[in-house]
Amino acid sequence: MREISYARAGMEALVEEMQRDPTTIHLATDAPPSLVEEFGEARIRATPITENAFSGIAIGAAGSGLRPIVNWSMVTFCFVAMDQIVNQASKIHYMFGGQQTFPIVFRSSVGGGTSLAAQHSQSPYSMFMNLAGLKLILPSTPYDMKGLLKSAIRDNNPVLSFESTRLMGLKGEVPEGDYTVALGVADVKRPGTDITVIALAWLVHESLAAAEVMEKEGVSVEVVDPRTLFPLDNETMRASVQKTGRLVIADEAGPTAGASAEIAALIMEDPATFAALKAPPKRVCALQVPIPYSPNLENHVFPDRHRIIAGIREVMEAG
Amino acid sequence: MPASPELQRQMLRQMQTIRRFEERASDDYHNGAIYGVVHCYIGEEAVAVGVCSALTVEDQIISNHRGHGHCIAKGADLNRMMAELYGRQDGYCKGKGGSMHIADFSIGMLGANGIVGGGLSIVTGAGLAAQLAGKGGVAVCFFGDGASNAGSFHESLNIAARWKLPMLYVCEHNSWAANTSSQMTHAADNVAGRAAGYGMPGVVVDGNDVLAVYEAATEAVARARAGEGPTLIECKTYRWRAHTERLGAVDPRPPEEIAAWMARDPIRHLVDELKQQQGQYSDTEFQALDDEVMAVVEAAVAFAEASPFPAPEAALDDVFAA
Repeated sequence: MREISYARAGMEALVEEMQRDPTTIHLATDAPPSLVEEFGEARIRATPITENAFSGIAIGAAGSGLRPIVNWSMVTFCFVAMDQIVNQASKIHYMFGGQQTFPIVFRSSVGGGTSLAAQHSQSPYSMFMNLAGLKLILPSTPYDMKGLLKSAIRDNNPVLSFESTRLMGLKGEVPEGDYTVALGVADVKRPGTDITVIALAWLVHESLAAAEVMEKEGVSVEVVDPRTLFPLDNETMRASVQKTGRLVIADEAGPTAGASAEIAALIMEDPATFAALKAPPKRVCALQVPIPYSPNLENHVFPDRHRIIAGIREVMEAG
Repeated sequence: MPASPELQRQMLRQMQTIRRFEERASDDYHNGAIYGVVHCYIGEEAVAVGVCSALTVEDQIISNHRGHGHCIAKGADLNRMMAELYGRQDGYCKGKGGSMHIADFSIGMLGANGIVGGGLSIVTGAGLAAQLAGKGGVAVCFFGDGASNAGSFHESLNIAARWKLPMLYVCEHNSWAANTSSQMTHAADNVAGRAAGYGMPGVVVDGNDVLAVYEAATEAVARARAGEGPTLIECKTYRWRAHTERLGAVDPRPPEEIAAWMARDPIRHLVDELKQQQGQYSDTEFQALDDEVMAVVEAAVAFAEASPFPAPEAALDDVFAA
């Protein structure tokens, strides 16, 4: 099968969905020339740098029959639009008694590793997990990117697509043409029997590298990628932990009230899964600091395959 | 284009309906049948009615926290409005919204909104949708002088003008943002003057004169439908009541200022106009109209009282659409 990059897979999903549905429009501070050429300036809007306004415009357009796709570029800029995301998008269907649907996709890049310092290296998805009313996708492969983004665009709710900066150039197999990946279905990226690593986005790949190393030491690692943070596939995660009895959670975000904390709670509050645990779960996350600039500092803050290996060993030794 | 005699009478009925509905909502809030908070629009009725009289059911509006008047002027069902205030199952939002979130998308009422300035960009998106649909639809934003100082005002008006969206931005300048005078917060007296910075027309209108509001709105709607872009209309008006109906709510406004505006009652103003223009209109006729309006409001209360409270488990419904 042909291989394309993670970024290209996202663009392919966008183009195919815009071809498929004439009610889709694109709002971003940059209008990609290829999109303008294919779909015209009416549907591909170059906005002023006004994340708050064009996020709200997307909500109103969605409530008026369109299917907007917003690109905030970096997740950094969505904070300018927090009023529209938190006070409006997440609640507007509910507070009006479900009388109107608001199908919107908000895309943004997340994560660090590119020396862009504190503002441009964030992974704030757990902030949005805390709200009711938003769906959240976090693809880790080109295949998942295309399939999840297509599902997100077809969904009748606001969906936030968090796309890993570090994975933009990653190539992988992606079928030509149409397919979707359902929201709320985790993917076992590598089967194993001794320990489960639930990993998000870039750390899926670091976990797969860690699993190779551990295999040579005779430890069989199962890598589970939730793929979407809402809905979150409890069943697949719990089934894996019930099988292996051991758990490491790897996230590029900090641990405090993070996705890793929610996943740990979901695993441990389930009696059958809790009973199957042979050792306390371990989180391998970024240090809880703003992300620093110098590579020497940045590399110290982010988790990687080495820390995942250390985490796996710690759990294996504990029981 | 001046309003026809029939339309003027319809305006009078709508304004009186808003007033009587809100008087009842306030009473029922104080006697405990309505919860949370109620913001009354009384005194500003001419703005909602004057503007909405220039619209069709296909046109869209968005409101703010003081939204009952906009709902009624756009043609919302009083029964379902009152049921929503009562927190009942047959309310517009099935009891999930209350006074600050009444919406009726079927008549182009995109919702009241509890965030000052929150609706400016949302309704601009409705304007974008109307432009792309190409059927001549218009989108209207009602907002206050308070919201005119929020960043979303600048961002939205700039975009609407640049994209020539079919929009009306209607500023209800009542001179008080909650409990702070606009004299403390506005660098210039007139919000309409800012329109020049966005390259759109900006007009100041007597917001207590429904016919003047209607004429300004009609002209702006014609521009919007012709593809000539948005207009900023600033309506000078005043709310007769405190920011909210909460008992003991602070109202720092000078009593003589309130009295002076109450002497310029927009409803009385239209009654006088009708008498002058059409000699045949009389106080008796107005009394008959008021009796009819009171009966409609009473019926809405009866509808609300008869509607059941939503089942507690219904709190879990409608978080997501199918």
